[in-house]
Amino acid sequence: MSGTLLDFDNVTMQFGGVTALSEVSLQIARGEILGLIGPNGAGKTTCFNVITGVYAPTVGAVRFDGRSITGMKRHQITKQGIARTFQNIRLFSQMTALENVMVGADSRKASSVGGAILRTARQRREENEARERSMELLTFMGIADRANNAARNLPYGYQRRLEIARALATEPQLLCLDEPAAGFNPAEKQELNELILKIRAQGYTVLLIEHDMNVVMKVSDRVAVLDFGRKIADGSPDEVRNNPDVIAAYLGVDDNAS
Amino acid sequence: MNTVQTLLAPLRNMGDSFGDAFDRMNKWQKYSFYGVVIIALYLAPFWPDVPVLGRIVDTPGTQFATVLNDQVIIFVLVALGLNVVVGLAGLLDLGYVGFYAVGAYVTASLTSEHASLPWLLTLPIAVVVSMLFGVILGAPTLRLRGDYLAIVTLGFGEIIRLTAKNMEWLGASRGISDIKKPPSMFGLKFGVIDPKPYYYLGLTLVLLVLFVLHRLEYSRVGRSWVAIREDEDAAELMGVNTFKFKLWAFTIGAAVGGIAGVHYAGKVGFINPDNFPLTLSILFLAAVVLGGSGNMYGAIMGAVLVAYIPERLRNFADKRVFVFGVVLVLMMVFRPEGILPKRVGDEHEKRRKKSDSTEAAQ
Repeated sequence: MSGTLLDFDNVTMQFGGVTALSEVSLQIARGEILGLIGPNGAGKTTCFNVITGVYAPTVGAVRFDGRSITGMKRHQITKQGIARTFQNIRLFSQMTALENVMVGADSRKASSVGGAILRTARQRREENEARERSMELLTFMGIADRANNAARNLPYGYQRRLEIARALATEPQLLCLDEPAAGFNPAEKQELNELILKIRAQGYTVLLIEHDMNVVMKVSDRVAVLDFGRKIADGSPDEVRNNPDVIAAYLGVDDNAS
Repeated sequence: MNTVQTLLAPLRNMGDSFGDAFDRMNKWQKYSFYGVVIIALYLAPFWPDVPVLGRIVDTPGTQFATVLNDQVIIFVLVALGLNVVVGLAGLLDLGYVGFYAVGAYVTASLTSEHASLPWLLTLPIAVVVSMLFGVILGAPTLRLRGDYLAIVTLGFGEIIRLTAKNMEWLGASRGISDIKKPPSMFGLKFGVIDPKPYYYLGLTLVLLVLFVLHRLEYSRVGRSWVAIREDEDAAELMGVNTFKFKLWAFTIGAAVGGIAGVHYAGKVGFINPDNFPLTLSILFLAAVVLGGSGNMYGAIMGAVLVAYIPERLRNFADKRVFVFGVVLVLMMVFRPEGILPKRVGDEHEKRRKKSDSTEAAQ
């Protein structure tokens, strides 16, 4: 078992006649922060959806921790240790912040209907563990003061961070963040940068999709660039920044429509 | 429109102010409140004898205790079960009467038609059989969502009724008679004339079901259900085995529906397929939605109203269903979330504190 945590091997994803991803290969090393960037429609979120099992790739395979996860059910992939957030916030809006996180923590628990009805010792222990762990995560993300508020009533910044807390509660090895800085002001982006680095310091590997170059270039160890479903660059932030293909993709060449 | 809303404001706020008052109580006040409510409920058959209250609640033409048992208890049981499926897990089930029929038919066939087991023994059997039917319906259909699921469940309710109607083994359209009554216990005799013992038994069943469902709701299981209702894809990506928990919601809902059917069969002593029409499914659903989908106590409230109002209005004879319909429509216009919706988090606590102090927060 090498240092590679996720091996995204030659994946092609087609929807009818549209090719969203074309022979994309991507490796994520354990403990790194990989930034995934690209213009709108480049296939970044499709990448996430293939990794987390929302779509099964047309061609290619995804291996996680040396095991193939292609074809696994979504909740099984979560149990393998991959968690994600969503580009457009998808919290359980009628549940409290704490309950949202507990749903994530529940994925590591086993007690079910019988345990709940009889309130067995194991069920009570698991329930307490989940609650404590979830409170810890809310504190870690700096949103514990609103733990008992309904998720839909939280301010935007809290909701974004609650999504990360919920994902962390599933005890992932790989955390996939889909545009976590969307809609943030510069100060909030700065806080988010620090938060992402703090998360990595705790031992998580992070895959980050982000439009904001400041965020990506500052926190990523390595950056991969997608354009029209192809990977056009992969390297350190500096290398990528100066790559002519990347500049062309972002600024456009000739009459190329964006 | 504005004047109507002003006029209805007190009604609209009724649930809220009750909820606020309840939240302000401490643990012991809550326990005593429960105690008083439970005692009052066991004494409900005697409410018509209380001077003023009696005039308000008594039902014309039918004995009050009969209405309580044959209508209210049955509806409350069913609404509790359906609330798990529709209110918590968010699966629209339009054929819930099917499970109610399964429960009733298990008791009928095992105490009269094919065996003569005691009524009490058929209760657990009916629970198991209903759950089996929950799995039979759920396993192939729970991949469907929303409207599609609703249509399939609608069909299920009809299939059960039509199967019963056409199977000689289940008495076909003549039904099954001579169903055994519940056994005498605690000095209660379950006869033909006095409905009170049935009501006591039914209320006890309701309290037991309530206890079990409460434990489920505030556990990993309940959280999974609500997460599925809120966003099924997100729930699955957060590690919720959505299929498994949806199937559990169906099975547990089915079990409670089955219990209601057993209770019904034991009381009436005779059932036939016409006791389980499609309209009953719709009324069951109306009860849950009217009361407040997702909140057990709301579902109970809705069930009581849906079961009781038509009986109370019996003097209006054939206009009563119309009046009842108007009441339902008004409810949906002015309080679409139901009478007692689920209160999430502690915002209402904050709202109260804010109105107590003059300072505006934030």
